[in-house]
Amino acid sequence: MELKKLEEIFQYKIDNEIKIEPKDWMPEAYRKTNIRQISQHAHSEVVGMLPEGNWITRAPSLKRKAILLAKIQDEAGHGLYLYSAAETLGISRDEMIDQLHSGKAKYSSIFNYPTLTWADMGAIGWLVDGAAIVNQVMLTRTSYAPYSRGMVRICKEESFHQRQGFDILYVLSKGTKEQQAMCQDAINRWWWPSLMMFGPTDSESANTEQSMKWKIKRKTNDELRQQFVDMIAEQVKVLGMTLPDPDLKWNEKTSSYDFGAINWDEFWNVVKGNGPCNKQRLNARRKAHENGAWVREAALAHARKQKEKNKAA
Amino acid sequence: MKNFITKHFYGDYGEIEEGGVSNKNEQNIAWPLWEVFIRSKQGLDHKHVGSLHAADAQMAIENARDVYTRRLEGVSIWVVESKNITASNPEEAGELFEPAENKIYRHPTFYKLPKEVDHM
Ligand SMILES: [Fe+2]
Ligand SMILES: [Fe+2]
Repeated sequence: MELKKLEEIFQYKIDNEIKIEPKDWMPEAYRKTNIRQISQHAHSEVVGMLPEGNWITRAPSLKRKAILLAKIQDEAGHGLYLYSAAETLGISRDEMIDQLHSGKAKYSSIFNYPTLTWADMGAIGWLVDGAAIVNQVMLTRTSYAPYSRGMVRICKEESFHQRQGFDILYVLSKGTKEQQAMCQDAINRWWWPSLMMFGPTDSESANTEQSMKWKIKRKTNDELRQQFVDMIAEQVKVLGMTLPDPDLKWNEKTSSYDFGAINWDEFWNVVKGNGPCNKQRLNARRKAHENGAWVREAALAHARKQKEKNKAA
Repeated sequence: MKNFITKHFYGDYGEIEEGGVSNKNEQNIAWPLWEVFIRSKQGLDHKHVGSLHAADAQMAIENARDVYTRRLEGVSIWVVESKNITASNPEEAGELFEPAENKIYRHPTFYKLPKEVDHM
């Protein structure tokens, strides 16, 4: 079939909300954009385990340890769903891991911030997972079918993440003066980086326009960010805490919250690798991969031997 | 007659990703890809839920348990190495399913019956 006809069929499907499956013809740029977005999403889930992993042994009770462990295990699962989805586009798992380790592929910058206190586990669940949910709910309707199916699965699991985070902060907010201060401090440190999770503002976002046209994305970065602000600005009242933004104000006219300017210099600086923990995170990932190499080899050798044994029998 | 069923790997990886133990490149220690099917409860069909990498079938089942059934989503798991899946070609879907399309008399709604027996 000639290219023009194939492109027409593809666009017809997009326009009519027919999902694109792995073996359907798709423009090369659509394939590449999806590989980039899905693999970076997968990397974010995997690197995202590190800041929280930092607190498993120090969680304040057995119950909190078990919950945190389950939450982090979910994130590993999310990474795996997403790697598989990206693999359907023709990139191998090894290649993606290499791209992460070489710094060619990015992951969400939020995970380059340190987790200093137990309250950070609450703030991450509530704010970071909360922001991720806003994005991911939109992505359940993305046009590439395996990505969309992965998102449906992930969204089912995420709501526990945000709730356990809020629960941690809620308990602290009802605690001693020190605990309340710790709660407010964590919110102060995680608020702005959470807003940055949605990416550059629409006018500066290189990928948004084409992604919207192909229905990979359904809402712009700024629309999603506003949705998040409106949600959190209400929920923070229940905690009796505040968000660190003097310009945050309800706007009658727009029926949403106005908020202050984001420090984009900080954002780009962390994206470029100069955040507080960029090096630490990548080193941890590389080390885990290298240290696991003998296990992967041994498992393959074992499988090979078993197969030969079965053949001989 | 045209051969409608052609062999394709799930996801169309081509030859490099055929996986399996017989990997040409010794340096390449990638585990093969498996497709996972889960019976969500007794009495229902197994349904495709996704894929994962594992060195062998036993490990694929154990990994599938961890990845796809952390919240009691299943009572039984099937795994099959992705390279063993034969799939129809989407480009030939039109021809492949055409015979079903023009046999509308296979549907109960095709028959206009008298009111008295129309609940049949
Ligand atoms: Fe996640
Ligand atoms: Fe999460």
